[in-house]
Amino acid sequence: MYKYILRRILIMIPMLVLISIIVFTFSKLAPGDPFTGEFDPRITKDILDKKRAMFNLYDPPYKQYLSWLKNVLQGNFGVSMRFGFPVSDLLAERIPNTLFLAITSLIITLIVSIPIGIISARRPYSLIDYSATTFGFLGLATPNFYAGLIAIYLFSIQFGWLPAQGTITAGADYTGLALFWDKFKHVIMPASTLGLAQTAGYMRYMRSEMMEVMGKDFIRTARSKGMPERVILYKHTLRNALIPIITLLGFEFGALVAGAVITENVFSWPGVGTLFLNAVINRDYPIIMAINLIIATMVLVGNLLADIFYVIVDPRIRYD
Amino acid sequence: MQTEPLLIIRDLKTYFYTDGKEVKAVDGVNFQIYKGETVALVGESGSGKSVTSMSILRLIPDPPGKIVNGEIIFNKLDLLKLSESDINEIRGNEISMIFQEPMTSLNPVFTIGEQIMEGLRHHHNLDKANARKKAIRLLQLVGFPRAEDIIDEYPHQLSGGMRQRAMIAMAMSLEPKLLIADEPTTALDVTIQAQILELMRDVKEKFNTSILLITHDLGVVAEMADRVLVMYGGQIVEEGDVYTIFESPNHPYTKGLLSSIPSLNDDKDRLESIEGTVPAAHEFPKGCRFAPRCGEKKLSICEEKLPQLQEIGNGHKVRCFLYERVEA
Ligand SMILES: Nc1ncnc2c1ncn2[C@@H]1O[C@H](COP(=O)(O)OP(=O)(O)OP(=O)(O)O)[C@@H](O)[C@H]1O
Ligand code: SF4
Ligand SMILES: [Mg+2]
Repeated sequence: MYKYILRRILIMIPMLVLISIIVFTFSKLAPGDPFTGEFDPRITKDILDKKRAMFNLYDPPYKQYLSWLKNVLQGNFGVSMRFGFPVSDLLAERIPNTLFLAITSLIITLIVSIPIGIISARRPYSLIDYSATTFGFLGLATPNFYAGLIAIYLFSIQFGWLPAQGTITAGADYTGLALFWDKFKHVIMPASTLGLAQTAGYMRYMRSEMMEVMGKDFIRTARSKGMPERVILYKHTLRNALIPIITLLGFEFGALVAGAVITENVFSWPGVGTLFLNAVINRDYPIIMAINLIIATMVLVGNLLADIFYVIVDPRIRYD
Repeated sequence: MQTEPLLIIRDLKTYFYTDGKEVKAVDGVNFQIYKGETVALVGESGSGKSVTSMSILRLIPDPPGKIVNGEIIFNKLDLLKLSESDINEIRGNEISMIFQEPMTSLNPVFTIGEQIMEGLRHHHNLDKANARKKAIRLLQLVGFPRAEDIIDEYPHQLSGGMRQRAMIAMAMSLEPKLLIADEPTTALDVTIQAQILELMRDVKEKFNTSILLITHDLGVVAEMADRVLVMYGGQIVEEGDVYTIFESPNHPYTKGLLSSIPSLNDDKDRLESIEGTVPAAHEFPKGCRFAPRCGEKKLSICEEKLPQLQEIGNGHKVRCFLYERVEA
């Protein structure tokens, strides 16, 4: 098992290099660079040329890539071409915000989707089941940004219950429970929006998994032993139905971080996603490259986690 | 014969409702099981054997199935009238079951020990340590020399035969009065089959359990059963002790089944088997359900009326007009 994990981690390195090459190629293919569209009349063509030269933008692309790679291998993600800050500082500030958003979103997804999935499976074609199905299709069909705007309109503008942006009330210095409550009020809406499609999907998935497991022979065996319904449902059925769900969680995590790009922008959430969108607009290559590397790593680590979870929850699976 | 039956089934009807059709899987079944006897329920695929056995513990999936009529008397209680929690006291405790597929009948994510112990802990309120001790003893009883290790293994780590032994240990853990075994050896290869049958006989001796043994293997019947019920089209067509059924079967279907057993000193190179197949349970013929396949010189009434199961002497019952007493 440990050997397997080690092997998987080693394989990640060439994959990340490959991904970085692809991302680099595409960002270079996009027209322009950080300094096109500079209208300030005081910045002359000469100054721009100097800036471009400073960032090696006149070197052939492969040279630019190799020097980027060399720096990254030494732990140096470079400097934002646009703002001049070191990329690692920008990231250190924003990654915790994005992780907080993604993890909260995952927790909400699980808390909502698993119980509803179970209830739907227990009483298929009941009112609750039909409502869940309807919500499920709406959730899957609504784009994140649209759902986010509706949520802001309703809960911030109409009812005034929740703040529409940021991670915390500006200027307020809350501590303890008040701080927690303030953070909670800020995160709940973006996190729910980010997890909307996942929640809908998991709900449907949980329902069909539960129903499938309920029809298995070993459930009949458990019934024939006189085990009460609660044990049949929450022990024998749920334990089996959760296997694919838990496995999916690993994959979901990377997807959530990637999905945060849109949601963060809707809620002006100061995370990696807002940074990324700005960087793309400005062709701020070092930031684009660093964030892509982070998302790719998250996805790969998520996949590895999925495989590890799988071994933990399903005694039939072994990797040697 | 023995005095009080352990289980009495009266006019049991279990129907399925699918695609707007009414499937009469079990259609008026009557029989008794006495203390300590092994009763074999035989018949071709689709004749309603499993549905009959699952009806006893009310394990028929509803929907689509429903027990629409009948009484199942056990310990003077009608199991069909019990509340869900009362029938749960019977399940596993007084009547237990083992199934054909030992591969899928055990929960893959729990150890063998956990699955044996949960019944002990639930029904007998044993604590964990005592349940474990008892489970180890049961596993030894069913022939595991390394019971202390097996108890912590998962079903997929055991072979089919071992899984079926574990199922038997589980089914016997609460010393039930009746064990229902639905084709317990069909999925196993021949040598393992013999071992499992041997084990069932041992266990039966030890606990004085009655067994309802469902099979379509007449070799198994000859080896295990005291009495035989022959089922066809959701009904019992012949009932008798094992010698009567093998030596002087009366129903044309039973005769057909018996002549389809290959025999060593038989030099015919083709097995005789009954031509045709069991009619689908939603389109039984109007008269005798066996009539379309019956090779006997049929009577004209055969295709008009359904024959009744009638005693023709000494516990031997037949459902066939050829043996029906002439009524006034
Ligand atoms: N869940 C179900 N839904 C619909 N019909 C069913 C269901 N289970 C059984 N039946 C019907 O009941 C009839 C009898 O099935 P049963 O399983 O009792 O046969 P069997 O005698 O046990 O056969 P086998 O030897 O193949 O196990 C079949 O015709 C089948 O169509
Ligand atoms: S009743 Fe008639 S058709 Fe049915 S088994 Fe007897 S002889 Fe054959
Ligand atoms: Mg069957």
